[in-house]
Amino acid sequence: MVKGKVVALDGAKAVAEAMRQMNPDVVAAYPITPQTEIVQTFSQFVADGKVDTEFIPVESEHAAMSACVGAAAAGGRVQTATTSAGMALMWEVLYVAASTRLPIVMHFVNRALSAPLNIHCDHSDSMGARDAGWIHLFAENAQEAYDNAIQSVRIAETCMLPVLHTQDGFIISHGVERLEILPDQTVKDFIGTYKAEHPLLDTDHPIMVGPVDLPDFYTEHKRQQVDAMEKAPQVIRRVGQEYGTLTGRTYGLVEPYKLDDAEVAIVVLGSTAGTSKVVVDALRGKGVRAGLLKLRAFRPFPAEEVVVSLKDKAAVAVLDRSMSFGGQGGPVFLETCAALYNGGGRARVINYIYGLGGRDTTPDQIERAFQALLNITTTGKAPALLNFLSVRE
Amino acid sequence: MAKQPGWKDIPIGGLILEGGTAVKYETGSWRSNRPELDKNKCTNCMLCWVFCPDSAIVVRESKMLGYDLEHCKGCGICARECPVKAITMVEETKFREESNG
Repeated sequence: MVKGKVVALDGAKAVAEAMRQMNPDVVAAYPITPQTEIVQTFSQFVADGKVDTEFIPVESEHAAMSACVGAAAAGGRVQTATTSAGMALMWEVLYVAASTRLPIVMHFVNRALSAPLNIHCDHSDSMGARDAGWIHLFAENAQEAYDNAIQSVRIAETCMLPVLHTQDGFIISHGVERLEILPDQTVKDFIGTYKAEHPLLDTDHPIMVGPVDLPDFYTEHKRQQVDAMEKAPQVIRRVGQEYGTLTGRTYGLVEPYKLDDAEVAIVVLGSTAGTSKVVVDALRGKGVRAGLLKLRAFRPFPAEEVVVSLKDKAAVAVLDRSMSFGGQGGPVFLETCAALYNGGGRARVINYIYGLGGRDTTPDQIERAFQALLNITTTGKAPALLNFLSVRE
Repeated sequence: MAKQPGWKDIPIGGLILEGGTAVKYETGSWRSNRPELDKNKCTNCMLCWVFCPDSAIVVRESKMLGYDLEHCKGCGICARECPVKAITMVEETKFREESNG
């Protein structure tokens, strides 16, 4: 196992440090709060000659993702970073990147979408892009954001799918934490070199990228993307195992916490998983069989793990940090319900919306959710499917 | 039409792994108007060849011979640009009627 260096960094700087160590061929990005610190820190590495990266300071996020698509098609190892409205402006090109099967890595920070204008954390931004065809990983803390950044490159280049890995805006991106960073050479060896199979710049073998795709072939190209996403879980597990052998920090698609004998459980992703673990520990101290399922991957959705982990629980609360207005709950809730329905689960499942626009999510809020689950197990009656952890009436 | 390849048999990402493949895509079926050449008026000035967006003007030894109707989409640019009005656009249905006829 490699000995890491213990440092104090916030999540944004930790990811910028990972980018320095990975030394991508091209980074095209535009600053936007609270992601700015990633690009700003990385551009300083470029200015100081610490990386060989061609840094393209574009005029918008639409241009950033477009430049990434061009550079990745050319055969480069390409990365970008954004958040919130920045991703919204990339929208069209997110689909182009995934559908053209370009292994771009996006270092992402979660922030609410306007209006009203809000710069703080929720997951509306990246959840909105859940059907764009990107692999979508969440981090609980700065260490995981750093680790995900490095693994994302391997996952992307194996699956030939773009990967966005996220961290909660300000909570992780601007909260200084203790974490371990790997030696530069270890990162370099782990990600290896990337050789595109069909680079656009190989003029001896001319190809065409992004041609018009009419009804006679479009469905077949979409079917290929389904196939790639179906194979992604194996790749994510394999890369996470290998990373664990190297660092002692093994990753899968989910992290079950005190779940084996749990009667009631919470499903959550991002930084609130950390808060929820504290609550689970406290409830366990009081004799409550509480557990937690943290999702690391949202795309591909780990349906298999969700079913195995939750199908025998009495009651489950799914925490969503974004809304689907007019839908039957938040995106994590809907996916969890679909997985359990098809997997023969018998758990009663309810949904809590929390932390919108950066609203603090405190241990007592999580505890109230567990209390609601315990009430379901004793009374057999569930509250409304859709609830808020914190809203003023 | 020949059987089209399945999703496992085509390059991912919509890539086309060779050049010059547009010739294999027969766009002539899109046409609703067909250009007709009056060889008596044609001066072989080659402006139609210059303007044709589909490389559908057949030329040999500096002579305008006619059209590649497998690729001509019937846009009518050649007829519009021809300085001696040697090209007229005729509705495709006319030819259908003749061939059915």
